[in-house]
Amino acid sequence: MGHFLITCLVLVVVLGLAWRFLGEYLVAVYSGRAKWFAFAELPIYRVLGVSDGEEQSWQRYSVSLIIFSGVSILATYLILRLQPGLPFNPQHLAAVSPALSWNTAVSFVTNTNWQNYAGETTMSYFSQMVALQVQQFISAAVGIAVAIALIRGFARHGEQTIGNFWVDTVRGSLYVLLPIAFLAGLIFVAQGAVQTLSGPALVRDSLNGVTQLIPLGPVGFMEAIKQLGTNGGGFYNTNSAVPFENPTALTDFLSIALVLAIPVALTYTFGKMVGSVRQGIALLAAMVVIFGIWTSFTAFAEAQPNPAVAAAGLTHQPTGNMEGKEVRFGSLNSALFGVASTQTSTGSADSAYDSFNPMGGFGLLTGMMLGEVTPGGAGSGLYTILLDAIVAVFIGGLMIGRTPEYLGKKIQATEVKLASLGVLIMPITVLVLAGIATALPVGRAGAFNSGPHGFTEILYALTSQGNNNGSAFGGLNGNTVFYNVVGGIDMLIGRFGIMLPVLALAGALAAKQVVPASAGTFRTDNQMFVVLLLGVIVIVGGLTFFPAVSLGPLVEQLSHGRFF
Amino acid sequence: MGTSGLAPVAPTTDHGTKSMAKARGLFDPAILRQALLGSVLKLDPRVQIRNPVMFVVLVGTVVTLLEASFRPSVFSWSITFWLFLTVIFANFAEAVAEGRGKAQADTLRRMRSDTQARRLTQSGTEESVVSADLRQGDLVVCEAGDIIPSDGEIAEGIASVDESAITGESAPVIRESGGDRSAVTGGTKVLSDRIVIQITAERGNTFMDRMISLVEGANRQKTPNEIALTILLAALTVVFLPVVVSLDPFANYAGGSVSVVILVALLVCLIPTTIGALLSAIGIAGMDRMVQRNVLAMSGRAVEAAGDVQTLLLDKTGTITLGNRMASAFIPVGGHRDRDLAQTALLSSLADETPEGRSIVAFARDRFEISDTAPAGQGNFVPFSATTRMSGIDFGDRRIRKGAAEAVMRWAEELGGTLPSELRQVVDRIAAAGSTPLVVADGPDLLGVIELKDVVKPGIAERFAELRRAGIRTVMITGDNPLTAAAIAREAGVDDFLAEATPETKMALIREEQAGGKLVAMTGDGTNDAPALAQADVGVAMNTGTTAAKEAGNMVDLDSNPTKLIEVVEVGKQLLITRGALTTFSIANDVAKYFAIIPALFAATYPQLEALNVMRLHSPQSAVLSAVIFNALVIVALIPLALRGVRWRPSGAASVLRRNVLVYGLGGIITPFLGIKLIDLLLTATHLY
Repeated sequence: MGHFLITCLVLVVVLGLAWRFLGEYLVAVYSGRAKWFAFAELPIYRVLGVSDGEEQSWQRYSVSLIIFSGVSILATYLILRLQPGLPFNPQHLAAVSPALSWNTAVSFVTNTNWQNYAGETTMSYFSQMVALQVQQFISAAVGIAVAIALIRGFARHGEQTIGNFWVDTVRGSLYVLLPIAFLAGLIFVAQGAVQTLSGPALVRDSLNGVTQLIPLGPVGFMEAIKQLGTNGGGFYNTNSAVPFENPTALTDFLSIALVLAIPVALTYTFGKMVGSVRQGIALLAAMVVIFGIWTSFTAFAEAQPNPAVAAAGLTHQPTGNMEGKEVRFGSLNSALFGVASTQTSTGSADSAYDSFNPMGGFGLLTGMMLGEVTPGGAGSGLYTILLDAIVAVFIGGLMIGRTPEYLGKKIQATEVKLASLGVLIMPITVLVLAGIATALPVGRAGAFNSGPHGFTEILYALTSQGNNNGSAFGGLNGNTVFYNVVGGIDMLIGRFGIMLPVLALAGALAAKQVVPASAGTFRTDNQMFVVLLLGVIVIVGGLTFFPAVSLGPLVEQLSHGRFF
Repeated sequence: MGTSGLAPVAPTTDHGTKSMAKARGLFDPAILRQALLGSVLKLDPRVQIRNPVMFVVLVGTVVTLLEASFRPSVFSWSITFWLFLTVIFANFAEAVAEGRGKAQADTLRRMRSDTQARRLTQSGTEESVVSADLRQGDLVVCEAGDIIPSDGEIAEGIASVDESAITGESAPVIRESGGDRSAVTGGTKVLSDRIVIQITAERGNTFMDRMISLVEGANRQKTPNEIALTILLAALTVVFLPVVVSLDPFANYAGGSVSVVILVALLVCLIPTTIGALLSAIGIAGMDRMVQRNVLAMSGRAVEAAGDVQTLLLDKTGTITLGNRMASAFIPVGGHRDRDLAQTALLSSLADETPEGRSIVAFARDRFEISDTAPAGQGNFVPFSATTRMSGIDFGDRRIRKGAAEAVMRWAEELGGTLPSELRQVVDRIAAAGSTPLVVADGPDLLGVIELKDVVKPGIAERFAELRRAGIRTVMITGDNPLTAAAIAREAGVDDFLAEATPETKMALIREEQAGGKLVAMTGDGTNDAPALAQADVGVAMNTGTTAAKEAGNMVDLDSNPTKLIEVVEVGKQLLITRGALTTFSIANDVAKYFAIIPALFAATYPQLEALNVMRLHSPQSAVLSAVIFNALVIVALIPLALRGVRWRPSGAASVLRRNVLVYGLGGIITPFLGIKLIDLLLTATHLY
């Protein structure tokens, strides 16, 4: 417990520094002030045929985004399908099936990293590096780019453009993700994460007469961008629970810090770019409140004994529910890791979420259901919480008797329409697809367990993909044509169904003039606003998912006769 | 409006608001009867489709009706009945709001009954025509007792006119040709004299016609914020469809099943029916509240814009100051006692019937308790004239004068008097402070100076301070010189002033404020105000004003009371607050409904979920029915609030927000827990469920 609290404290300090300094750095990068990577940057523009001074309207920005993502999906798909003919395949792994390739390609391009496969036995090194790891960089850069475009929408007035998609994506990759991931990758490797292209190791245990093939590969650096880009897709099936990916408590801590760094820092970037850091602090405060409550709740749940183990006679479980957890991390840190992973769009795991106590699983599942805004994925967290903020501003603003304004921009029909669409598309998609999955035999067949736990497995899978999280509850056999196809649709809508309204919103806001603030203005940088924002996040998430959750983890927990 | 629940909003109003709607209470039985009929007629799907939230309820009712018909049970019929009532209640709310306007329109229509008009022909003779046949440009004659047949301008003559048909104010007003008081309105009555009117508006297009269609809400259009809110409500309705529909496969997966009736009940409880049902009533009531304040808003958009106003341009005279300058000090000179000065000043003003003169008499009596020592009948009153610029009284050998400083001083000197050394200094000081100095002389003897001052209306400074706290800037508009203007501005506590204002500078000021993103409201009455009225976001034209002014503005104040601008802002804010508060309330209500319905829905499949039945509702059926009944009744319970509007007092946004979040947010979470429990207890008592 003491160690856990110290971990939390250090995490707060580290994230505080990231908020301030990484946040400031992001301002420099996206305003074009940082130039130290120009030697690599400018040739890229020449190849792309982009002029870095040229700005785009929201429509052109969106078209660029769609073209780029479409090409990315196609390229990833083709690499996976053509894997046997491509280099760096020491295990001679076969081509990935069409349905799985589709699901995986969409998954990595949408920053989801849902994996219906075991990496070490499915993907060649080439696929891992060129198809998947490249997308881990650029999908995160795209997410941040869209967030920056929305920030520009707020910061500008009377302008028709919101930045340049190509420039934003290139700069995000080159100036932010590559250097940090490189440094973090060094630490992972130094701590013992595997990093090799020499193929699997064959271990002979002559004493027992057993031979074992230990899969190895370029793991350490992938680990860094997996966490930093809030991707979550690991080299190995067991993700961060395996020591080859996440060898020590230090790398475990680093993983958590990397996951949260960019989403947290973006609140500073937002405040700075719209001219008031306090505005960013208000968003951060809402994020911190929910993250804090969920972490405490989930950690508390996991500190309780595992009821199944207790039923088998082992009632004394002083370290909490250790089923499915790594001894080197323990139940509390695993809970923190889980919350950090599910409240960003990461989805990496250093323990088996399927084995969490029902209320622990509830904590993880509901973290995603709140729309992944606390602090959310790289970029996606900020732009999604800004949609919630617009809804909060609209309702709250009406209550003071003025046409609602956010940062001086009037929130009118267009903004409300786009914000509602962006906020509600995720729950609608997830619930419709979960309804289909539970209604069809092919969907029901996927779940490992029956009853409420099986239902939770299905609901979790579709929630995770719809939120571009990618964490797996486990227990669900997702590698079927049905789940591959449906999951791909879920991820696409969860990503672009929000991004496109966000970009349209950015365009609408950028064109607006600013209403000067006065004593009669609805303030969006004080406690009251944070309360309203929390209300919108919790009530929208709660109201839409309450019935479904009550049929899953809630009923399961109640079946044990008590809440904990 | 005794029931409006509003404090008198303009304590400084010097003539009380007389409203034609005054006699009508919030729930006039006649209106309620009409509304009951209206709520059935509005069941027409073509009407319902305009309100997406209530349309879903209507469709849900049809679904449960079918279910109840094929598999009848007390429960399914009860749900169907209450869902139907939910729709009826929503219609009723709208019908009540409309009814008030319709009743007013009917009253106006009766006054518009066809009159015979006396049209002047080219040859100068009169012919009798039906007023409906009048064309623009026709000349008609009206004499005492005639109803003016249509809107027009007086071409010749002067008359007193009873405009109570429009304003509710029974005191007649003077209308005369030329200038800013030449407009007359069809339907008003000439009380004296004879006038010739040039018709400016044809039948169907007159002020009265427009007024009827406005109060009736005949071509009411959704306002920008209303549209935005409708979108949000539609989105919240759409999202609950998959929430509810997906429960069917979810329940099947769990090996159970859910009843369609309960699913429909859950859907209706979750979608924002409270605000959905009351939304249009709130908008109509907002317009109606303007009418009750005798302000005719030309569009709902204008009412809404009033809530957003950040700068108020207020005319000094009549709004900030009382109409006339009043005596505020006696300053004796040359060693005279102030009491003597007061006494003399009083005598000099006894016959002065101007407001200034009366104020001198009143001031002398109040301040020095000088009894009426007027040598009535003995003296010769000397009236004010433009050449002498003084007035006074002669009796015995005394010749008392008061008047413009230069004139009186010269007059005294001519009589052989000498100027007391400090006199000129006192006069200059008063003038410099923006007041008017009047010098008093008793023959050659100069007694002192009366200070006439613009008197700022009592309480107005506090009012402006309140507005400032609410983030509204006040700018005083005056034709005075900057020095005078600054002094009054300081005293009244306005944020800024525009001195020596001309229509052009006024216009420039509005443009400048708007360029900074602010919304501007102003009042005006003259033709030269018209461009500024049109430019302002909220332009309130005085009913006494010219036709041009009335057409340029987007509101007309029938009382012609410029202070009304503040009330207009208030009504605009109330309108938005009411919408926001009821939306919050509506959404917050969902929490309790979940706790009522979810355990009931899965009672058979997962009896464990009974733990969520925190209200300890009697049975699954009573729980669901209680939630549906609460959902329906809360609409009725909130109709008065929707019509009256949520209270708004000028204060900072933060405190307004805190209060409303507490009352409607927190209250919205708690109320249904209590309400549903109570209804459940009552239902249980019937032993039906």
